Order: sequence, then structure tokens, then C-alpha cells
Amino acid sequence: MKMKNIKFTFRKALFLLSALFTIMVGCERELSDEAVLATFPSTAEIFTDTPVGLGSNFYFPFVGSKPTAWSVDESEGYNSKASMRFDVPNVNDPEGSYAGAIFRVDGAGRDLTGYNALTFWAKGTRSGRINEIGFGQDFFENKYLVSTSLQLTTNWQKYVIPIPDASKLVEERGVFWYAEGPENGEGYSFWIDELKFENLGTMAQPQPAISNGEDRSETAFTGVDIALTGLTQTFNLGTGNNVTVNAAPSYFKFFSSNEDIATVNDNGVVSIIGEGTAKITATLGGVVAKGSLELTSRGAFNLAPTPTRDPSKVISIYSDSYTNVPVDFFNGYWEPFQTTQSSEFSIGGNSMINYTNFNFVGNQFANPTVDATQKSNLHINMYIPNSVPANIDFLITVVDFGADQADGGGDDTREQIFFNKALFVADSWITLEFPITMNNRNNIGLIIYENINGSSLSNFYLDNIYFYEN
Amino acid sequence: MKTKILKLNSIYTYLLFSLMLTLFTGCSTDEKQTVVTFTNLVMADEFDTDGAPDASIWGYNIGTGQDGWGNNELQYYTDRTENVTVQNGVLIITAKKEDFEGSSYTSARLLTKGKFEQTYGRFEARIRLPWGQGLWPAFWLLGDDSNGTEIWPQIGEIDIMEYVGDEPTRIFGTVHGPGYSGGESISKSYNLDNDRFDTGFHVFGIEWGPDYINYYVDDVLYNQITPEDVPGEWVFNNGPFYIILNLAVGGNLPGSPNNETVFPQTMLVDYVRVYKNNNN
Repeated sequence: MKMKNIKFTFRKALFLLSALFTIMVGCERELSDEAVLATFPSTAEIFTDTPVGLGSNFYFPFVGSKPTAWSVDESEGYNSKASMRFDVPNVNDPEGSYAGAIFRVDGAGRDLTGYNALTFWAKGTRSGRINEIGFGQDFFENKYLVSTSLQLTTNWQKYVIPIPDASKLVEERGVFWYAEGPENGEGYSFWIDELKFENLGTMAQPQPAISNGEDRSETAFTGVDIALTGLTQTFNLGTGNNVTVNAAPSYFKFFSSNEDIATVNDNGVVSIIGEGTAKITATLGGVVAKGSLELTSRGAFNLAPTPTRDPSKVISIYSDSYTNVPVDFFNGYWEPFQTTQSSEFSIGGNSMINYTNFNFVGNQFANPTVDATQKSNLHINMYIPNSVPANIDFLITVVDFGADQADGGGDDTREQIFFNKALFVADSWITLEFPITMNNRNNIGLIIYENINGSSLSNFYLDNIYFYEN
Repeated sequence: MKTKILKLNSIYTYLLFSLMLTLFTGCSTDEKQTVVTFTNLVMADEFDTDGAPDASIWGYNIGTGQDGWGNNELQYYTDRTENVTVQNGVLIITAKKEDFEGSSYTSARLLTKGKFEQTYGRFEARIRLPWGQGLWPAFWLLGDDSNGTEIWPQIGEIDIMEYVGDEPTRIFGTVHGPGYSGGESISKSYNLDNDRFDTGFHVFGIEWGPDYINYYVDDVLYNQITPEDVPGEWVFNNGPFYIILNLAVGGNLPGSPNNETVFPQTMLVDYVRVYKNNNN
């Protein structure tokens, strides 16, 4: 009996194929010649003089961006009569404060394994720097996301965005994306033409990196999940210049030197599961990545005590036990003097904030401000790992933004709370509770934490930041 | 017409090459130019024996020379295994970033002076080049100095291949002689199309006879230099020349390495072959 010919088109080929194998092996027949692995179209072009092979519904603007930023301009082009124009709005454009979108193939993804770069020609009305531009963003998993930033010129110039490892891109729908805001508050336009994937023989010498190529070390605790950062791929172009892109974790293979202490998943998230030291390294496309992350786990981490106050008597800024009010930021990264870095992490569903390289930092919640007229006490849990510096001198400032409900404006008032050194102990959650006694406390919008008088407190955790009524 | 670029698409290059040369000469302005074919292999190092290079063929320049070999080069040349060795069928010249004898880099420079010298012939080597700002490999010939009685540039220099690591798609071939040396030398570059010199091996060669030097890369003849092209004495019909293979770091031509230059860098040589004209 002749085998029935089966043709796959742009379907979940692997899955079906393995099913097919099972069936075939089951009846001991040979695989039909035509039952080959389905492949996806390998169309290179995204835009020539018109969009190519994208289908009809392919442009998806980011939330908050100006949805009409993109158009096909039939009066400009690189050696042609048409190109894509992107109109970056002015800073207060009511339609959106920036331009940004993904171009996602409306239909089956593309097989990009035969290419090694996304290339295009571009120019701007000014030499703006496009904040983020790349491919691999599809608003689903964004699994193979790549981004870089690039400086435009006012003349047409060719740009190359390398594919970190094209063998991964067997079915990619996110063929292009960009995000760009105003330059110094001013909108402008830029054009992109001849947008396509290429296989450049002049691009070589991959230099992948994690932790931005540095050998970093961090302290951690059992149960903590830490996302690897600084994942990049660099290639040398035919011009002799290096081009670096941010590459999604899925391009990498990660390794832990001790799987009893830390494991890494495909998304580049390290899970601390034991006490001791483990070093995380990676490869990309078989090339060892520069940089590493050495984690020293101190074992179990004590969670902050669970608050027991009645939620009706609490206005919570940050706690897993209450509904929190909107917070503008937990770190304002105030330039130029602030050094404090921050990260948030979670153990067993309980989140906390970690401040490192601390000098001062603020939590702002001005939209809306907090009325602490009745709930006039502040509660904060704090954890200082390892040891408390002998010179610790810690100040908390609570700022009421006044009637304008905004920082500054001449109507702000503030209250400073100093703490007795003896309060602070290491490796244990302490509770800071104090009344707010200043007259104006119905528009509180900011809590500032700072080292004063040369205090060298550098690393601590905060949790359960809330106002309450006794 | 001084230089001609002829691209050969065929794979039997060398056969065609001879043919081509005939054609070449046929349309040359110099009707007296001798047609030669270089089919008699007189020296070959295939680098098939692991360890130090064959001492009957290769010697070394050691150190920093005068003013970094006249070019303010930064490396200290050694004959240590770290800088020069034969492994797996290739000669490996390695440029390292390390403090050594007052220099910040080490590398190697091999030469056949006093061991193999020849006038005229086909000289070719198959090489994979390094990459990065500040790397400057070369495969070149220098005229014998008659025990120091003649000095550069009178002795003549034929650079079969030079390359700077920040231009990975380009090599150049050059002659230096009296009145046309250093910045005034006679040179032409050759660019690969959609390829680069640090990702695979390429053949670099010359065919050198009386009053001409032809330059080729792989199957492409990209330049011919004759006495008409040089604004001084043609010193390439005299005295034997010897071969030099080296990997310089820094210096006037490439500039210094920068923080993106990756070390160590290697220049891999699959073979060096020299042919003579059967009639010689």
C-alpha cells in the first residue's frame, strides 16, 4: 500500500511530526518523502517600498505611545520613492508622549535561521538617538527579544542590528519594534527604508556577555529569585566597529556551578535553593559569555513580621498584607548625588525592597497624596544584613506636598525622624514606628531615607511601609 | 594601462592563472616582458609537524628592534611557544597582552633570512588573520642586505599581504624601494565582498619576475606593479629576498589597540609555498 502523502503547512510542526513518528513507527512503515519538517517562510524583507509579507494587521503601538506615529511616506525614500516615517511627538502631545510599536507578522512567523542581522537605512530630521530598536517582540512571550539604541544622522545611513543566534529563530513573528521619545522635549521625524534581514558575511566574532561582561558577586538567601541582567551579544562588523545588542535570556544557555545552591531556568532567573556559593555562567551559540554572577547564599531568610492591624486603620504604601496605594516610585534615582540602587524580590510570595550602595532614596506616592490626618503614624520594617555599621545615623523625612499635591511649589512641609542607634540590629527585622506630628499631613507624598553624619549603612531591606491609626 | 583587475570565477585557478598571464602580457604595453610560469615547487612548509617551526627554514627576530622595528610597534617578539608554535597542521603566531621585558605585548616574527632566499618566483601563503584595532599581521619579503652593506629601502621590500585588524575586509600589497618607501610606497588594497579575512583562510601571493610583480588573493589577481609604476629605481631584479611572517601590535600604521581589542589574537598559517620558473 502506498503511503498517504501528508503535507504540513506552517503548523505546530514538531509536535505533529513526533505524533506522526509514533503512528508510523507503530505500523512499521517508512516515513513518506513528503513528511518533512514543516518550515516557515524565510522572507527577508519587512519594508521595501511597501510592507512586505506582514499581512493586514501588523502594527501594534505601545500603550501610552502616539498610535499614529507610523506612516508610509511616499515622498521620501532611500534610493526609492517610499519609506516608513515615524513621527516622534512633542513632550506634551495629548495623543501620546512617545512613538513606539511592534511590527508583528499577521499570520505564521518567519524562518530567520538563514540570516544574521536586521538591516535598514535610516535618517532623521535631527540626529536623535532612538532609545530602543530591534526585533523579537511579539506581545506574547517576547522570547527572542533584541534591542539596541542608535544615533541617527540627517543623511541616509545603513544600520545593522545583529541576531544573537539565528538558529533560534525558526518561527519569529516579531520582526521589528521601536520606541523613541522626544529629544529635549521636542518631537521630530525619522525615516526607515529597506528594512530586511540579511546574512552578512562581513559580520563575525561574537562576544556574548552576561552581567555586562563583569564578574559580579551578590549575597542572597534561600528562596530568593534573581533575574540575570546585562545580557548582551556583540559582533564585529565589516567596518571594524563592534555592535552590541541586548539579547533575551532565551538566546543563552545558563549554568550553575552548584545546583544544590542555585539553579537557573531558561528565562535567566536564578533560584536560590540552599546555603553556600554558586557561580552562574552562560554560553550563547556555543560561545562562552563574558561575565558571571557569583551568589553567596546565607541560607534561610526571615520574612518581615506579618502586620496584624485592621486594614480599615491602615493606608499601605508597600506591604503584601494590605492593598497598597499607587506609588510613583520606590527609587527616584535623584541625580547627581544619589548612589542608591534598588531591587525588589520575593520569597514565597512575600515581596520586599532591597537598597544597595545606599546614601539616600525616596518613596514617592503623590498621585494621589496620602491623607494621614487620622492615620498619623508610620510603620516600617527594616532588615540590615551582616552587620550594622558602628557609625549608623539614619534619618527618615516625611514630606507633605501641600495643597498643590506636588513636590515643591512653596507649600511643602516636612518632618524629620531621627533614630536611636541602639534600635538597629543585624540579620533581624526591626520595626520602626513613629507618630507624624506636623500640622499639615493631609497631602503626604514622599518618604526619604538617608545616611547622615557620615553614616556608612550601605545595604538594607524594607517591607510593610504603611500609615496607621492607633 | 598600469594595473588590471581580473577576476577568475573558476576553481582551477592556477592553470587559468598561467593562461591569464599570457593574456595579460599580450595586452601589456611592454611587448618585451617575459612570460613566465612558476610551476617548480622549491620550498614548502606545510606546518605538519607539531612543535617549534622547522629550524632549517625559519629563524626569528627577537625583541623590539630599533624604535619598535622602525614603526613604533608595541610588541616584544619572542620565539617562545606562547607566541609561536605549530599545532594541528598550522603555524600559530599569537599576540598576547602581557608585561614582558618592558613591553605590554608579545608576539612573534619569523624569517627565512640566511635559510631560504630567492629572486623571482611565486610566493604564496594560506593564512587566517586576527582581528581588532591595533593588530598588524604581514607576509612579506625583504631584500638581502649583503651583510649590512645595503640598507632599506635600497634593498627593496615586497609586502605580499598586510592588514590592520580594524578593517577586517581589506588587505593590501605594497612595494618599497628608493624614492618610494614608507608613506610614499606603491600600494593597492583588495577588499573581500561579503566576507572577511579573520573568519577563514585565504591565499595571499605574488608572481614575481623580471620587471613585474603580480598580486593575488585566492583566485583574484588584483594588481601588477612594474618599473613604470615606481618613481625610483626598480630594485626587484636584484639579489635574493627572504620571507617574513609576523604579527605586530600597535605602531604607526594600525595605531594602538583599544579597549575593544580582544587578546590573545592569532595569525594562522596553513602553508608557505615558493615556486620557481622552470626555465631558471
